[in-house]
Amino acid sequence: MRKTTKKHTDALVRLTVEDLTFGTPAAEQPELPELYHWRVHLDEPGVAWAILDKKDESTNTLSEGVLIELDKLLDALSAMKPKGLVIRSAKKSGFIAGAEIGDFKDMSDPAVATEKINQGLGVLDKLEAFGAPTIALVHGYCLGGGLELALACKHRIARDDAKFGFPEVMLGLHPGLAGTWRSLAIMDPVEAMTLMLTGRTSHARKAKRQGLVDAVVPERHMAAAVAQAVAGKLKTSPPSKTLKAKLLRSSPGRSFTAGQMRKKTEEQAREEHYPAPFSMIDLWQRHGDSTSALRSAETRSFVDLLGTDTSKGLVRCFFLREGLKKHGKGIEHGIEHVHVIGAGIMGGDIAAWSALQGCKVTLQDREIKYIAPAIGRAADLFKRKIHNVGDRRAALDRLIPDLAGDGVAGADLIIEAVPEDEDIKHAVFQTVEQRMKDGAILATNTSSILLEKMAEKLIRPERFVGIHFFNPVAKMPLVEVVTHDALDPSVRNRTLAFVNGIDKLPLPARSAPGFLVNRALTPYLMEAFICVQEGMKPELVDAAAEAFGMPMGPIELADQVGLDVGLHVAGVLKRDLDAEMPDIPDWFTKKVESGELGRKSGKGIYVWKNGKPQKQPHTGPIPSDLADRLVMPLLNACVACLREGLIDGEDAVDGGMVFGTGFAPFRGGPMHYAKARGIDNVVDTLKDLAAKHGPRFKPDEGWQLLKGK
Amino acid sequence: MGRPGPFTPVDLAVQAGRPLLLRQPFDPSEFDDVILGCVNVHADEVNPGRVAPLRLGCGPEVPGWTVQRNCASGMQSIDIGYRYIADGGADLILAGGTEALSHAPLMFSEEATAWFGGLFGAKSPVAKLKQMARFRPKFMTPSIALLRGLTDPVVKINMGQTAEILAHQFGVSRAQADAYAVESHNRLARAHDEGWLEELVPMIGDDGKVYDFDDGVRRDSSTEHLGKLRPAFEKPYGKVTPGNSSQITDGASWVILASEAAVKQHDLEPLAKIVDSEWAALDPSVMGLGPVISSTPILKRQKLTREDIGAWEINEAFAAQVLSCLAAWTEPEFCDGVLGLKEPFGAVDRERLNVDGGAISLGHPVGTSGNRIVIHLIHVMRRLGAKLGVATECIGGGMGGAMLIETV
Repeated sequence: MRKTTKKHTDALVRLTVEDLTFGTPAAEQPELPELYHWRVHLDEPGVAWAILDKKDESTNTLSEGVLIELDKLLDALSAMKPKGLVIRSAKKSGFIAGAEIGDFKDMSDPAVATEKINQGLGVLDKLEAFGAPTIALVHGYCLGGGLELALACKHRIARDDAKFGFPEVMLGLHPGLAGTWRSLAIMDPVEAMTLMLTGRTSHARKAKRQGLVDAVVPERHMAAAVAQAVAGKLKTSPPSKTLKAKLLRSSPGRSFTAGQMRKKTEEQAREEHYPAPFSMIDLWQRHGDSTSALRSAETRSFVDLLGTDTSKGLVRCFFLREGLKKHGKGIEHGIEHVHVIGAGIMGGDIAAWSALQGCKVTLQDREIKYIAPAIGRAADLFKRKIHNVGDRRAALDRLIPDLAGDGVAGADLIIEAVPEDEDIKHAVFQTVEQRMKDGAILATNTSSILLEKMAEKLIRPERFVGIHFFNPVAKMPLVEVVTHDALDPSVRNRTLAFVNGIDKLPLPARSAPGFLVNRALTPYLMEAFICVQEGMKPELVDAAAEAFGMPMGPIELADQVGLDVGLHVAGVLKRDLDAEMPDIPDWFTKKVESGELGRKSGKGIYVWKNGKPQKQPHTGPIPSDLADRLVMPLLNACVACLREGLIDGEDAVDGGMVFGTGFAPFRGGPMHYAKARGIDNVVDTLKDLAAKHGPRFKPDEGWQLLKGK
Repeated sequence: MGRPGPFTPVDLAVQAGRPLLLRQPFDPSEFDDVILGCVNVHADEVNPGRVAPLRLGCGPEVPGWTVQRNCASGMQSIDIGYRYIADGGADLILAGGTEALSHAPLMFSEEATAWFGGLFGAKSPVAKLKQMARFRPKFMTPSIALLRGLTDPVVKINMGQTAEILAHQFGVSRAQADAYAVESHNRLARAHDEGWLEELVPMIGDDGKVYDFDDGVRRDSSTEHLGKLRPAFEKPYGKVTPGNSSQITDGASWVILASEAAVKQHDLEPLAKIVDSEWAALDPSVMGLGPVISSTPILKRQKLTREDIGAWEINEAFAAQVLSCLAAWTEPEFCDGVLGLKEPFGAVDRERLNVDGGAISLGHPVGTSGNRIVIHLIHVMRRLGAKLGVATECIGGGMGGAMLIETV
C-alpha cells in the first residue's frame, strides 16, 4: 500500500507554488527613510522595487499611513534616479483590496475630508510624474483605492489571477482618488462606467481586453515583463480612440448614454436610497469631456456622498460583515468532507455550495431521481461561478451522489436537510450516529425545531449543532449557527470556522423558536398577509416595503420562500412563543392546502412565470403608516431576541437581518434604524399601531432596557 | 451510432469509480497503481488511466496508466494488477475499463491531412494560394475512426465478417443467431427486473438527467422481428445483422485488487480471487474463437473439466461467434487439432453461460467489457453458488483472453 507522508506531500506541493518576484536586490542599497508599511530596494539592473507589506495585516489596504509613506519614498527614490519603479504587494491575497474603510469614519467633516483627499491625490500625481517608467505588478485583488494607485502608474502588468474593480458603489460612493477620470481616460467610457456603477470585478484577461492592463503574465515571467517595461518596449494600451468611443465622449453621446445608464440603474436601485451611481452618471455627463473639470468635480461629489446617511449605513454594513467574519477566525475546523442528507432544494444547494468552496461532498437521498436535479442545479451554479473549465469539472467530481449513505463514515461534518418532521429527523440521526466517525460534527439545517428537543434523543448531543442556511443558498450570505446548552464549545467554534471557510457569514444564535431571522421576519410577513386580508392589494403592500428599502416586498418574498414554509414557521412561532402573535388568516392556510405554494408551484399569492411574479405595477399613493405597520413588528421582534439573550448584541442583530433577509442595507440594520429614528419615536409608533390594529403591536419590554444603555 | 453521449471516457470512469471508492475503509491515496483499459481515448485526455485517478481524488502521488488490448483492455488491466500483486510488488490496485464509443472522432483521409499540413506549412501568400488550389472536395469526406478501428488491418475484413466466416465454418444459421440474440435480451430484462445487476451504478449528467439503465435492452425483441433485419456486413446473403451483434455503447467499470496483506490490514471483504489467466492468439479472420483457445488451456493447466465451471461469461461480440465457440468445443477434429484434446471438450450448458445476457443486449463498450464480465461473473457465481467461473472474450486482431475466478 502506498504510504504518503505529510512531509513528502508538502514538499511536492511546494513545487507547484511560484514565489512572488521582487527582483534580486543589488549588493549596495541606498539610505532610505524608515518605513512601516513599505519595503524598498534597488535591484541589480537598477530598478527600484516598492513593496507594500502592511504591518500586522494579512491584506493590504490603502490607508492614510500607506499614502503618506508612499509620498516619502517617492521623494527619496526620485533623487536616486532609478531606471524604473515597480510597485507590488508582498501579501499572498493580492495587491490592494481597496481603501482603509475605517478612515472614512474620520472624514465626516467635509472640510477635513476634502483636505485628506487632496493629499492623497497629490501623492498619486507625484507617482504619475515619476521620472522613470512606473509599473504596478498586480496579483489577486486590485480594488478601489488599489486600482486608483495602479492607474497612476505608467504600466499595469497583471498576473493571470488578478481581479480589478471599483467596489465603492457598494459603500454608497464612487471612486474618489482619481479613479473616475483615470479609468475613463484609458478605457471605453461605457466599460469604465459599468465597472464603477456595478462594482463588479474584471479578471485579468478581461481587464486586458478593456485596456485596463498592458500585459497578463504568469508569475514566472514577471521579471522579464518588468525588464521589457523598463526598456520602454512594453506597449501601453492606447486610450480608447475608436469612433465609437469618440462618439460616446461627445456631449450628445454622453447625454444619450447617460440616459440609458440612468434607466438601467433605476431598475436596480432607487435614487433616494442609493444616490452614488446617479451622482457618478451626472459627473460623467457633465464633465466627461474635460479631465480637469472631472477631477475637481469627483472630489466634490465624493465628499458629498461621504456625508450621506446611505453611505454611513452601507459603511456600517461593511463593518457588520467584518464583525460576522470574526467568528471562528483562526480556528482549524478540519472539515474536508461534508455529507449532506436530503437532496431537496436546501440540502442540494448546501451540497453544491460546499463543493464549490472546495469540500468533498457526498449527497444522500433515497432515490437517484431526488439527487439528479440537485446535480443539475449544481452544474448551473458552477457554470456561473467557475470560469476555468477544469476547475468546474473538479467541483462536479467532488459532489458525489451517495444512495447508500457510504459517505457518512468518512465525513467530517454531516448536515441533515430532510423534511421538518421530528420523527424523520430522529430516524436519520439514529443511523448516522452509529456510522459517523469520532470527531465528526452532526448538524441540522432545521429552521423551526428546537435543538434541545432533537438533542435529547442523541447518544452524543455535544457534537450536535444547528447550521441554518437561507434560500437561495448561493445568494444569501448569512448562516445561523444554532447552539444549545449541551453543545461542546469546540464543536461550536469549528462550526463557525467552517461556515466562515465556505464564504458565508456565521451568526451565532441560541436555540429558540425561529432563531433570529425567522423570528423577526415572520411578524413582518404575517402583518403583510393581514393587510391583504383587509383588502389591500399585494402589490401595494410590496410597494410600501420596497419604498422603505427592502429589496423585495413581503408578499413576493413569502411566495419566493414558499408559502408552506412560511405557514409552518408561523405555526411553530405561534405555538411556542409567549408573545402576542396574530392569527394565521384562513385563506393563507387554504392556499397551502390546495398546493398554491408560491414560486415553486407556479402560483402563490402571485402567479409566477419564468421565476418572476406577475405583478401589476403599483401606481398612486402609499398610505403613510403602511411601511411602519410592516416594519415595526420586525423591530419589536429583534428587540425581544436581544432581551432574551438569544443574540449577542445589536450589531449581530443588524448583521443577521441585513445579510439574512436583505433588510434595507442603506439603513444599517433594524437596530441602527430604530436608534436613528429614536427609541421613543419607535415605542410611540408601536403604541399608536397597537391602539389601531391590536395588541400584537405592544412594544416589547426590551425597548426600555435599550434606552437605558 | 447516434449523437455523442454526455460523458467522455474519464467522465464514465469517474462516475463508476466514485461510489466504489466511497465505500472503502482505506483512503484512495493508498493505491499502489491505477490501470485503466481504453481503446478509443479522447483527444483531451490521452492517458485516461492517469486522469481518472486524479479526478477520483486519489491525489497526485498515485500513478496511473492506460492499457490497450482492444476488446480485452478492461480484462488486461485486471490481469496486470493481479500479476503485480502476485509478484509481491503491489498490494492495492485499482483496475478498470472505460469506453465512450459515441465520442469516437471523425477522421480526415491521409490525403486531406497532407493537404492541411501543406497549408499550415506554407510561408508566403503565394505558396498558400498554390496549396489552396490543390484542394479536392473529397478531402471533406471524413471517415468514422471507430469503423476503421473495427476493420482488421492485416486481413482487411471487418469484425462482422469474421463472424460470418465462423458461422459458415461451424454451421450456425441465421435463425440460431437471432434466437440467441432474443434470449440475450430476455435474460437481461429479467436480470434488470430481479435486481441482479448489483454492480450497476446510475449516472447523472450535468443537466440533471439520470442514466440508470443501458438503453440497449429490447423487451419486445422477437425472432420474428429480428428476422426482418438486413445483414450488416455482407449483403445480401450474410447472417450477421445489427440485431444479432453487440451494440456500440459507452460505459466504464472498476475492480479493486488487493493482496492478502491489504485485505488483513483494512479488513476488506473479498468477493472472489483470481486463480489463473491466459492470453492466446490465432488468425485475425477467425478472431471469434478467442474464448475457446484462451480458456481451454487454463482448465487443462488447472486439471479441471468443463463440469467444474459453474458459470461462464463469454463476451457476446456476435451471436454467431458465441455459438461457433460452443460448436467448436464439441467438434472432435477441432478439439484434437487446435486444443490438443483427445475427447471433445463438450457442450457448455446454456444455463451456466451468460445467464444475464451480454453485449448483444447490454452493449459492448470495447475497453470496458472485459472488466465488466469479470465483475458480473462474480455476482452470478455468488448467486448460483458456483465455486469456479470463467470470464473470456474474443479480441479484434485475432486473440482471446480468459480468467479463472474462484469465490471466497
